[in-house]
Amino acid sequence: MTEEQQTSGQAALAPCWSCHGSVDQRASFCHGCGTIQPPRPVDHFSRLGLAQSFDLDTDQVERNYFSFQRHFHPDRFATRPAREKQLSLQHATDLNEAYGVLMAPLSRAESLLALKGAALEDEGAANRDPELLMEAMTAREALAGAASREEVEAIESESREANAGCVEKISEAFAGDDLEAAQRHCLRLRFLVKLDEEIRRRKGELARA
Amino acid sequence: MVKLLQIHEPGETPLPHAESSAAVGIDLGTTNSLVAMAADNRPEIITDPNGAGLVPSVVAYEGTTEATVGEAARRALLDRPESVVTSIKRLMGRGVADIKSVAGTLPYDIDDEAAEGGMARLRIGQRRLTPVEISADILRALKSRAEGALGAAVDKAVITVPAYFDDAARAATKDAARLAGLEVLRLINEPTAAALAYGLDKGVEGLYAIYDLGGGTFDISLLRLEMGVFQVLATGGDAQLGGDDFDHAIVDHFLSQRPASAAPRDAAEARLALATARLAKECLSRAESGSWRLDVAGSTTEHSLDVASLEGLIGDLVERTVRICADVLADAGVAAEAVKGVVLVGGSTRLALVRRRVGEFFGRRPLSDINPDEVVALGAALQAEALTQGSETLLLDVTPLSLGIETMGDLVEKVIPRNTPIPVARAQDFTTYQDGQTAMMVHVVQGERELVDQCRSLARFELHGIPALTAGAARIRVTFAVDADGLLTVSAQEETTGVVQEVAVKPSYGLDEDEMARMLRESMEFAQEDMLARLLREARVEGDRMLISLKSALESDGDLLAAAERAEVEHHAEALSEAMTGDDRDRIHAAIAALNRVSEAFAERRMDRGIRGALQGVAVESLDGG
Repeated sequence: MTEEQQTSGQAALAPCWSCHGSVDQRASFCHGCGTIQPPRPVDHFSRLGLAQSFDLDTDQVERNYFSFQRHFHPDRFATRPAREKQLSLQHATDLNEAYGVLMAPLSRAESLLALKGAALEDEGAANRDPELLMEAMTAREALAGAASREEVEAIESESREANAGCVEKISEAFAGDDLEAAQRHCLRLRFLVKLDEEIRRRKGELARA
Repeated sequence: MVKLLQIHEPGETPLPHAESSAAVGIDLGTTNSLVAMAADNRPEIITDPNGAGLVPSVVAYEGTTEATVGEAARRALLDRPESVVTSIKRLMGRGVADIKSVAGTLPYDIDDEAAEGGMARLRIGQRRLTPVEISADILRALKSRAEGALGAAVDKAVITVPAYFDDAARAATKDAARLAGLEVLRLINEPTAAALAYGLDKGVEGLYAIYDLGGGTFDISLLRLEMGVFQVLATGGDAQLGGDDFDHAIVDHFLSQRPASAAPRDAAEARLALATARLAKECLSRAESGSWRLDVAGSTTEHSLDVASLEGLIGDLVERTVRICADVLADAGVAAEAVKGVVLVGGSTRLALVRRRVGEFFGRRPLSDINPDEVVALGAALQAEALTQGSETLLLDVTPLSLGIETMGDLVEKVIPRNTPIPVARAQDFTTYQDGQTAMMVHVVQGERELVDQCRSLARFELHGIPALTAGAARIRVTFAVDADGLLTVSAQEETTGVVQEVAVKPSYGLDEDEMARMLRESMEFAQEDMLARLLREARVEGDRMLISLKSALESDGDLLAAAERAEVEHHAEALSEAMTGDDRDRIHAAIAALNRVSEAFAERRMDRGIRGALQGVAVESLDGG
């Protein structure tokens, strides 16, 4: 298992809920009695023992996720007391959340921006970028006009390429610590991900027709 | 004290002691159910004394208390179909309105007096029973079969459900287990259980598809196996499509060959016709053609059918399953060629047409070397062992259906999309739309469609105690949490003032607490009987052991007894055998005690000889060392 990110400062101690001995608040299991402790409020990267970076090796994310789940999944606590079951459920829920966020480039970028104090607005932000608005309109018109599977697949492969290019740009922006550029490309990636959903829906419609 | 039992020759192991309690795997199927138990990673189906593993999911009711389950109930279908229930799984977690919409094709007699929107009740003879109670009767039968075979109490189980079962159906299954006195260690999805049984977790890596066509449900799951982790990537299916529908297609075909006036007159005759159709279907998985007699509505007709015509009747249904396979692969972004293996599960996959089409779609021959009827129960047993004894394998499953809430204009806003790994929790913020508004209605639905009435209603609840603020100022955070069994809980909190609102989710089609309490009370009365039956069984097991060890003791050391002593011991042994054929537990215990008493001297003499014998075989130096 990868070493967990150290949070700054001296380790705070808290009593174990089960044996009442003192436990490092960052620990997931009591040093004394080995009982599972409540999950801590940490960011998704730390949750999976990873550095706060956009350029993650997804195999590494997966390996860490699996090894944490091996310890915390409710299946490991099926015969334990109710309180331990409940805590394991919370841990496993948090791990699933972190895994989902970190595996997808868009949510990973959004999460990283939020950690760096540059969170993206929820709605409307994209509307202030005329270039992006134009790109979106053109793509949606093309998709609506596509009458055959081949035409939709052509749009799909274009969109995939755009997606890969956009992820590349986000990575460069984070590497150069240019948060403003990261935000801009992230907004575009949001649109591309949505477009991808629309393409899939259109494909489904054509298949059923 | 059973002294005879305490004599062991050196190197001999004592008879195994009954475990205090055991955990089993249960496949609670639409057509058949099974119970299995695993030890050391080797699962085995628990059979009846005749070696039959399948327990038909059929319950026959007589009078007001007696419930017969399995083969006997299936035979009762012919004599008194009005008191027999089949395929009850199809009604699990379904409301009255739901069932009425399919009542034309399902042979159930629904109690019209049940509240609209409440859980459905069936009229069976004198009784009014919910699907939960009927399923609990099946589970009780499986539990007692396991207890009889294992000679131990069974109070924990892993129970399988179709991957595509919604929250209400899962909750109903768990309620049924509770009624039957079983603690559910985990509800696991049938396709996942099948994959476990194939041992796909050992050594193999890659993508596998599990095609599960049972009596009443169809499931397709895509799993990825890597590093001992069993990850469900996507799942799909149809909770109302299965072998039963093939039977219906065949019945419709047969009935179309009769005059309209000769249609079945009631639910009982409809069941009879369906049983004939099922027989025809089963025969045609082995034979090319056949002929069947339908004897309903006062007339008898002969109907012949061959495999090609059967495939014509069910072709559309099979194509529906293939389309769902394509959708699930698309969902996961996986091409059919990327799938390394396809596992067939469920009795309906015996049909040649199903095998052919699945093989064509995935471009490879499907795996079916484990009996498709047994594979799910075997997997459940493995998981029961893993959960109680620990395991290196990790199972990560997903939600089969999207969870959402109703928004303005009858639209659905998805809160947790399908195929999200579980357990999962997602919060959604709501606000008020009127000044001074202090309450708000939340409607939770499950399904993939855009409109509320196309999805399944899971729960409606009202949030009270919202502080009176201007419209849009209050912020109510509602959290939806799905646990490892796939069951939903909802909680809510007003964020600006910190008022925590406990939400009691009243399931749209579930049992309310009063109903559950009543059923538990009733089941306690049955449990009393169950307990007596268990104690009787234990007494017989003890008596058996006593007689077996006495017999071998007499064979090896009979010379230690004088003729008169021997006659007395044998007389009491006979008395014990006699007592064990009856149902009087106290009498059996008394006979055991009496036999113990008269054979005490024999036991002591054997002990002496045993020690002498043992000492003769032991070298002197090691005695000194001890």
